[in-house]
Amino acid sequence: MADLTLNRLDKRYGGFHAVKGIDLAVSDGEFVALVGPSGCGKSTTLRMIAGLEEISGGDILIGERLVNDLAPRQRNISMVFQSYALYPHMTVRENMGFTLKIAKRPQAEIDAAVAEAARALEIEPLLDRRPAQLSGGQRQRVAMGRAIVRSPDVFLFDEPLSNLDAKLRGQMRTEIKKLHARLGATVVYVTHDQVEAMTLADRIVIMRDGHIEQADTPDEVFNRPATRFVAGFIGSPPMNMIEAEVRGDRLRAPDGAELPLPQAFRDRVSEGQRVTFGLRPDDIYPTGHGLHAGTQVETRPLEVELTEPLGNETLLFIRFGGQEWTSRMLNPRHLRRGEVVEFQFDLSRAHLFDAESGLSLRDA
Amino acid sequence: MKPWRLSPHILLLLPAVLVLLAVVILPLILSFWSSLTPFRLTRPDSIYDFVGLRNYARLMGDGQFWSAFGRTVLLLTVALNLEMLLGLGLALLIERASRGQRILRTLLMFPMMFSPVLVGFQFKFMFNDNVGLVNNALQSLGLTNSAIPWLIDQHLAFFSIVVAEIWSSTSVFAIFILAGLMAMPRDPLEAARVDGCTPWQTFRFVTWPFLMPFAFIAMTIRSLDVARAYDIIKIMTDGGPARRTEVLWTLIARTGYADSKMGMANAMAYVAILLSILFTVIFFRKLAQSREQIAAEW
Repeated sequence: MADLTLNRLDKRYGGFHAVKGIDLAVSDGEFVALVGPSGCGKSTTLRMIAGLEEISGGDILIGERLVNDLAPRQRNISMVFQSYALYPHMTVRENMGFTLKIAKRPQAEIDAAVAEAARALEIEPLLDRRPAQLSGGQRQRVAMGRAIVRSPDVFLFDEPLSNLDAKLRGQMRTEIKKLHARLGATVVYVTHDQVEAMTLADRIVIMRDGHIEQADTPDEVFNRPATRFVAGFIGSPPMNMIEAEVRGDRLRAPDGAELPLPQAFRDRVSEGQRVTFGLRPDDIYPTGHGLHAGTQVETRPLEVELTEPLGNETLLFIRFGGQEWTSRMLNPRHLRRGEVVEFQFDLSRAHLFDAESGLSLRDA
Repeated sequence: MKPWRLSPHILLLLPAVLVLLAVVILPLILSFWSSLTPFRLTRPDSIYDFVGLRNYARLMGDGQFWSAFGRTVLLLTVALNLEMLLGLGLALLIERASRGQRILRTLLMFPMMFSPVLVGFQFKFMFNDNVGLVNNALQSLGLTNSAIPWLIDQHLAFFSIVVAEIWSSTSVFAIFILAGLMAMPRDPLEAARVDGCTPWQTFRFVTWPFLMPFAFIAMTIRSLDVARAYDIIKIMTDGGPARRTEVLWTLIARTGYADSKMGMANAMAYVAILLSILFTVIFFRKLAQSREQIAAEW
């Protein structure tokens, strides 16, 4: 195991600037998830770490070793691919032992390593099958087995669960988490699924357009998003956001609707400043159905436009300030469409972003 | 009385059966029958003299026949192996070309557009000891002063024939292997690089097993081709000098048409076909094996 450092890492494809000089330090044993929309540069970053893409600028260090110009095989990394990338003509056993065989390790050692990995992943009965005879979930396990057999410095995962169905994905997520706890491995994990990132990672790196928007713990990126983009990307259903202007101690939406300025931001905005106001669905709820006890709560009677009952909670859609808001009602009671209900806005949990830069106006 | 009628399924199959009968079965029976007679084109009556397996028995002890047989197998082995190596090399090079790949692929097909007879004439000219391009070039470069008897020396003549075969047919291998390369998933290659493979090991352990079925398809096609090799050799050396480049079909044609011993020629042809069948079976087995190995879905 080793730590991993990216210094001003850069990638250009001709005129396209895919990764724009990112800095990232992953410490030994840390699980870091790279998330972001398609084309944000997360996979490219991972492939540069693996050595499958040449880097256009900057440095990659694994441990103390500069690996910029080393071939993938010289970097001592393992990678799990989205398509699993198993060797179709080899049995599961051969697939898993292949990297050690190439390294010319003694057969006894290969057998032992494969047996141990197979036991850990519960794929011992499959060892003599070929990949074509396995289900998607089994192939996924074999791909992970192939990665751990080698005991690499860094594990790289490239959207490993996106080809699985939802149920299996949940299982494998737990599986990966256990594996990480057991191996204490340094992991870089690329995904577009924020749930995977939130549940697995020690630290989440949210990327957009080739740069890092925020790199922090799941708790921080959820509760203290550094930018409007992060606020919108993390959380499901997404955060409600509305453009507004500061008018004294109030915020005014374009259609004239007003809300009090959240207290936490009172000294951080100037009169007339254009801001984006954000509030998670958890923080708007019919009176008595909230999650937190807010310290600055604004109550408004609003009409329920649509309901989505989910059993343990119901999502309510309401209109305010000229746009649709999502509200999460816990311990749901039956509400009909068109009913007018008192909604509470927990402003102590609100977010404000500068409308121009998209940066959070919260104190750093 | 009820009129007699063929049932519909027999009626519908009848045209196919009749055509097959006329163009395949009948000639087969006829030629097989004639291989059991001393049939000579000059004495048509001789087709009625049944001699049993005498032609075949004579063949077994016929040195000329067996040397032609052996030479055909040798030609098959040498030409096919070289064609595969060269075809593989070409395919790998073309696959790497990021620009102009379509043009290269088209160019690759060019040798296949020429009739083997013309290829034979062209190489016969090139390897001519007096006016040929090859000797001319070698002499101009100062590599030799003598006129090398390319088509006259036994070994050189065989070599020249192999060159002509390779020139005209390497592209069969190149095209099939290129198709394999293009159909190949990229991810296992990257996995191999991460797993520690050098480029050679990646090729040896990942790329080649995947390409094998494609190579075997080309092998099957080409083994049938070479086993019936006739035209290029007929033109370049006509089995000469002194029958030293004689292969099965030049011998069969000579026996049947020049010596007009059609009964004997047919017996030879049946043995020759056994050879073709043998090679086809071998390569088909290999093909099936390698397909199963990569879990091909075709």
